[in-house]
Amino acid sequence: MPRISRRKLLHSTAGAAAMTSGGLAAILASGRAPAYAQGTQIHWLKWNDYVPAADVLLRNQMLGEAQKALGFKINLETIGLNDLQARATAAIQAQSGADIIMAFNNNAQLYTESTVDVSDVCEEIAAKQGGFYDLSKAQSHDGKKWVAVPYCIIGTMIAYRKSWFDEIGVTKFPETWDAYREVGKKLKAKGRPLGQSLGHTVGDAPAFAYPLLWSFGGREVEADGKTVKLNSKETVESIKFMTAFWKDAHDEGGLAWDDSNNNRAFLSGTISSTLNGASIYIEALRKPDQYQTEKGVQIKTDIQHAPLPKGAQGQYGVHPFQNHMVMGYSKNQKAAKDFLRWFHSPEVYEKWFIVQQGYATGPTKSWEDHKIWDKDPVMAPYRVAGRLGRVYGYAGPAGQKAAEVLSKYIVVDMYAKAVQGMPAEDAAKWADGEVKKIYGA
Amino acid sequence: MVTATMPATGRQKTRTRIRVLEDERWLALTLLTPTAVLLGLFIAYPFIEGVYLSLSASRVGVPGEFVGLKNFEKIWNDGIFRTAVWNTFWYTGITTVFKLFLGLWLALLLNRHFKGKAYIRAAILLPFIIPTVLSTFAWKWMFDPTFSVINWALFKLGFISARINWLGDPDLAMTSIIIVNIWRGIPFFAISLLAGLQTISPELQEAAAIDGAKPWQRFWHVTWPLLLPVTMVVVLFSVIQTFADFQLVYVMTGGGPANATHLFATYAYQIGIGTGLLSEGAAISLAMFPFLLLIVIVQLLYIRRVEVR
Repeated sequence: MPRISRRKLLHSTAGAAAMTSGGLAAILASGRAPAYAQGTQIHWLKWNDYVPAADVLLRNQMLGEAQKALGFKINLETIGLNDLQARATAAIQAQSGADIIMAFNNNAQLYTESTVDVSDVCEEIAAKQGGFYDLSKAQSHDGKKWVAVPYCIIGTMIAYRKSWFDEIGVTKFPETWDAYREVGKKLKAKGRPLGQSLGHTVGDAPAFAYPLLWSFGGREVEADGKTVKLNSKETVESIKFMTAFWKDAHDEGGLAWDDSNNNRAFLSGTISSTLNGASIYIEALRKPDQYQTEKGVQIKTDIQHAPLPKGAQGQYGVHPFQNHMVMGYSKNQKAAKDFLRWFHSPEVYEKWFIVQQGYATGPTKSWEDHKIWDKDPVMAPYRVAGRLGRVYGYAGPAGQKAAEVLSKYIVVDMYAKAVQGMPAEDAAKWADGEVKKIYGA
Repeated sequence: MVTATMPATGRQKTRTRIRVLEDERWLALTLLTPTAVLLGLFIAYPFIEGVYLSLSASRVGVPGEFVGLKNFEKIWNDGIFRTAVWNTFWYTGITTVFKLFLGLWLALLLNRHFKGKAYIRAAILLPFIIPTVLSTFAWKWMFDPTFSVINWALFKLGFISARINWLGDPDLAMTSIIIVNIWRGIPFFAISLLAGLQTISPELQEAAAIDGAKPWQRFWHVTWPLLLPVTMVVVLFSVIQTFADFQLVYVMTGGGPANATHLFATYAYQIGIGTGLLSEGAAISLAMFPFLLLIVIVQLLYIRRVEVR
């Protein structure tokens, strides 16, 4: 029997792949992996998914499939969300580390000089999947090129305990901030406060503070991206509202919460309502017998979702967003791009999307039409999360300066300082001063 | 012939080398070189790099141009930085006083003879041995806004009727991190001071007792003066470590609520790593240096005075 040496094998497969080269479609059609240098591996760094089943799916099934389809191994490393930025910074400075790094919200805009232009991948995905939401583009495009491939949008809605709202005679979720405050007041009086983080945490705290500011008409910067007018009558109004709202209706421990505290507090029955991704509901679905109401009913049957209420100047939301950067120092840039292309091809992404059960929605419009949204009416409000919602930095661009304001927690701290006793005018003045330093105004 | 001359040349070389090393200056230089290289690589180089960074406009992945003292000017006008400076002094001052008194007290107790002395002495070290991040996570759970075991116990015992917002209230958050730092630091003080106590000859104590000195007088006039040099060194180490503390605050509060617990190191991290403004982060870190230098100089001078006396 003739022996086939490694060299011969590589040679022949490389030839075959070259013949069929024509993007991912051709690779899939040929059913044969393209050739990469022997031992090519890519290192993918992302967060510990709040839907653990999604990481299990990736590890146990999808990465194996990727290796078969693409011909190289993908090493997945998952870490805590709050540690991602530190890892990205360290990797960029050391010029070594993961080939693909996940970024949160507009963080990828901080690293535009250190990432690879992924416009080709993004344009391919957009063309086939109904185009990206404005939200996806604003966070991943620096005005000239795509700096990261949009991964998903995590819809944030208020999760609330229907039976507790019913008990105080509220059968429909309040539509305005004032009405929500009245409801919260009654609930807190019954020992069932609303729960909200105002701590230094990347997800829930800014996703609450910014929309509150916008719905009162406040904004960190004007559309020119230069004129800072945070210290306005509208901002002061929103702070005054929040201070009273906090005292009347909230669990005051929220000043120290990270993104998981409200999940635990809700599931253990200490809070009645909280702004969150769908992770509370999904966890309740996953362990129905572990999480029960005080009446012994499965808590999953008592959860409803609603958007943040309206203010005088409108109704807004921020939907945390994730994208993947291909790092400039990576020696496997082509492989990394091919992997992201493969992952976002509809038939592959769908497997991951279904496991998310609506917690993460697609970055392109076509995912709104998926049948998963008809399956569970409780999740239905998340369907259009990508269409609603503003990006951090409004009314200016979601660029580096907006990312800096966000990562310094200035808007969150403006509210946090006020609920701790600083007069609303002083809190607005302080935040305005900090934001001006960043925008150089 | 050739083979015969080779060893002779070799021997000559060795002899020359030995002669060179007999000169004390060369010997000192040779012996000091490895240390100097290590210090240069791991202390001087990062320090100089840090100074350079703080004088530039570098961001993550973007080597910036030289901007002089602009970053220092910026942090000087930064309200959060000022809070961090005040917090660092307060945190270091309070914890050092408590660690010293409680550590000394513990050392005096451990210096007595009792059954199971060796085991107790080993057990005392536990808070110091457990990795800081691990023990701090346990404390974080104990101070958790919703599930605090401390609140639960106080509530069950009837001391409180509402939850204490340990990490959510700015003053209580600072108090909480101070408590954890003291808990973690006491063993270091206790064991080091215990070692110091054991070098004090019991005869001195006996002589003082015969002269009619009461226990407090024996401590104040005999033990304390003899223990002072050790105490000063221990305090010096502790101040340096506490002043530059990072992990404890990062895990417990992340610098919140509303920057109420930021220290130099955590704020430098937030700006340098979180926000990607490396040069500003380096400036914040470096701002620690003059303060620490001053503290160290004062303490070292004091130690010398004590020793001379």
